[in-house]
Amino acid sequence: MAAALAARAAGVEDVLLLERDQHLGGILNQCIHPGFGLHHFKAELTGPEYADRFVRLVKEDRGIEVSLRSFAVRLTKDKELSYLRPGALEEVKARSVILATGCRERTREMIQVPGSRPAGIYPAGLAQKMVNIEGWIPGREAVIIGSGDIGLIMARRMALEGVAVKAVIEIQKTSRGLVRNVVQCLEDFGIPLYFQHRVSMIRGRDRVEKVDVVKVDDGLKDIPGSGFGITCDTVLVSVGLIPENELLEMAGAEIDRRTNTPVAPGVNLTSIPGVFACGNACKVYDLVDWVTRDSELAGKMAAKYLGKQ
Amino acid sequence: MTADVIIVGAGVTGAAIARELSRYKLKILILEKEAEPAFGVSKSNSGIVHAGTQNPPSSVKGWLCVEGNRLLREEIAEDLGLNFVQCGQLVVIFDLADLPELEKIKKEGEELGVKGLELVDRAWLDAKEPNLGPEVKAALLAPSAGIISPYRFVYALVENAVKNGAELKTSRKVSAIRRPAGGGFEVVAGGEVFRARFLVNAAGLYADEVSALAGAPTFKITPRRGEEYLLDKKREHLTEHIIFPLPSKTSKGILIIKTSDGNPMIGPTANDVEDREDLSTSDEGLAEVLAGARRMVPSISKDDIIAYFAGLRPVSGKDFVIRHEDSAPGLVNAAGIQSPGLTSAPAIAVMVAGILKEHGLKLEPKEEFHRLRPRPVHLFQVPPEETRRLIEKNPAYGDIVCRCELVSAQEIREALKRGARTLDGVKFRTRAQAGRCHGGFCTTRIMKIMQEELGFPVKALTKRGAGSELVKAERK
Ligand SMILES: Cc1cc2nc3c(=O)[nH]c(=O)nc-3n(C[C@H](O)[C@H](O)[C@H](O)COP(=O)(O)OP(=O)(O)OC[C@H]3O[C@@H](n4cnc5c(N)ncnc54)[C@H](O)[C@@H]3O)c2cc1C
Repeated sequence: MAAALAARAAGVEDVLLLERDQHLGGILNQCIHPGFGLHHFKAELTGPEYADRFVRLVKEDRGIEVSLRSFAVRLTKDKELSYLRPGALEEVKARSVILATGCRERTREMIQVPGSRPAGIYPAGLAQKMVNIEGWIPGREAVIIGSGDIGLIMARRMALEGVAVKAVIEIQKTSRGLVRNVVQCLEDFGIPLYFQHRVSMIRGRDRVEKVDVVKVDDGLKDIPGSGFGITCDTVLVSVGLIPENELLEMAGAEIDRRTNTPVAPGVNLTSIPGVFACGNACKVYDLVDWVTRDSELAGKMAAKYLGKQ
Repeated sequence: MTADVIIVGAGVTGAAIARELSRYKLKILILEKEAEPAFGVSKSNSGIVHAGTQNPPSSVKGWLCVEGNRLLREEIAEDLGLNFVQCGQLVVIFDLADLPELEKIKKEGEELGVKGLELVDRAWLDAKEPNLGPEVKAALLAPSAGIISPYRFVYALVENAVKNGAELKTSRKVSAIRRPAGGGFEVVAGGEVFRARFLVNAAGLYADEVSALAGAPTFKITPRRGEEYLLDKKREHLTEHIIFPLPSKTSKGILIIKTSDGNPMIGPTANDVEDREDLSTSDEGLAEVLAGARRMVPSISKDDIIAYFAGLRPVSGKDFVIRHEDSAPGLVNAAGIQSPGLTSAPAIAVMVAGILKEHGLKLEPKEEFHRLRPRPVHLFQVPPEETRRLIEKNPAYGDIVCRCELVSAQEIREALKRGARTLDGVKFRTRAQAGRCHGGFCTTRIMKIMQEELGFPVKALTKRGAGSELVKAERK
């Protein structure tokens, strides 16, 4: 939305904004905790409030056509785009394309946690959606793998719903999350955080029953004799985010295989002229305010590419 | 309820037998303990339709594999609308001194009737399989091998058997079997009693227990665990064939497998275990699989892995146990169906029908046997023009639920109409949640569609049946 509005402000006449979901706002909609907008709006907002400020502006703008429940399936280097929506397969040719496709969560599988595969193992963001959007409480006793921000925020969220959050297990020496989240989400709720530990086994046939935890040394090797078990029915996984750049890859842009981000000389750029990537698709940000700032820049860059200004 | 034949187990073996018997004027009942078919061994395997090379020519499984491969290739895949891909297999050697071994496998395969076997040299491999590592020296090509989705194979067999009059009852664990004086069997399952003159035991890992319940404790099953690791679809063209190393005594070794959904897979390990429910993977298994696969294709990396699982082979000695048990007249065992059981299933089914006939079951063909099963729609398999047509006919095909694998709301609804009852059942049928994000984005949407279609409250939704509930409470 920020890129669309900025492109319009810079003189682009005709913007098509595609969103797969039935609402605009993306992941902000499930982030009902405060802490958004301190820099951009100088106000402390929740995720949906932050998104809503942009939704209003987008809706007022006649030059932005919004198409919801529209899923882009194909992009070429000549900026031909196909998308599916209920009732139609649409094809458009654009002069410039901005990809603001966000991130997906890294999964248990990507860090290869061994063990069985019962019900009760969820990416932290999925658990957040279950609790905040659907009102479903995934379990009664939880262990969280990884101290990413979503995991920390979900530790607090689950505790507030009466779930016993038994531990957060982090393999590194420090948290990947914001310090304020470690304090406000764990310490204030008495949830133990184990640094330099890893979950070495998930147990349970139908539903999670227990995890094994072991301490690791600086080389991430298990320290013999340090293992212990924690009974729980739920495991949330919060081990980082990966930019979603599969469309960009399909268009033939160069992608760093390790980070899944575009290989390019500067922010928002890709190896295809006129195709930009912004927000969490460009790199993983920790604050939405910086996403907005750089996405506005992406809108301006697209306008410039089209010879505006 | 009384049937002519009760089949215990709706894995690939039981399902293939049910479909074969449904050609005849018979009342057939399938009893399955899990919430859906294919939740036993048949869901966790390599999905290879083996050519039939690495089995001894004197074994039962040797000829059943070659015949099963032929039936699948020539008839069943087409009739049941399965996505079978005949990619061929290569058995590679790392030392030219092993050439005589390859020659021996070739000769034995030919004795069993495997067609088209050919030794290929490094130049051939360089042209066709450029990613093979320098250690690989030569290979045996078996062009008749292929790949199939194992669970979709089972669903197709079951659906077609049901279409032809067979009855499937799930969540019915057989717990007791009585043999009344007048002959036949009384089978107790899930609190109900079912009667039949003939009993076919295709209970996979529990076939020894079922056989014993029926009065024939004649064999024992030992589970042999195999861990498998799936790679990202971006690596689809890592190899063009299924790659085997020269087999060892207990296993075919670590393979590089193609799957019919595009993701390459590496594995499986082979370790005998005690616990018939232990489907866990391990750090050691991962290390073994990676090392084995990299020896053949060095560019495979740990970061390519997007999923993994373990399966248990139901092993009883070296061969399948397919026979009538004279100590329990009317009981036919189709047990110990280790690898290549998936491939052999269609041939096992024909063999079991023959044994039943020998023991007095009348096989009178039906006037009309519905041989064909309509192919379910998978958007990820159809070209854009077809997608357009589908969406214009039914808008819900344009409502994408699973972004990673391109699965629409309509496909989820169809899967539920075809019998899916659980989240895994939806995944196996449609591939929704089977991609890179593992359902991070689509799980709640699928659960809502399940609630609508099945009329279950959210707390009753499960991953794979009772005990695996997904949600513990609802917020007030
Ligand atoms: C890792 C691995 C890789 C493999 N790869 C291949 C391959 O690439 N190609 C190939 O051809 N083969 C392969 N196989 C072998 C193949 O998977 C098996 O041979 C085949 O799936 C066995 O099918 P089944 O129907 O006999 O057993 P199952 O699928 O286990 O079916 C038995 C059914 O019986 C039910 N049951 C058990 N007890 C009861 C009871 N008391 N009451 C009611 N129901 C009951 C179970 O729930 C189950 O659904 C592999 C196996 C493994 C483990």
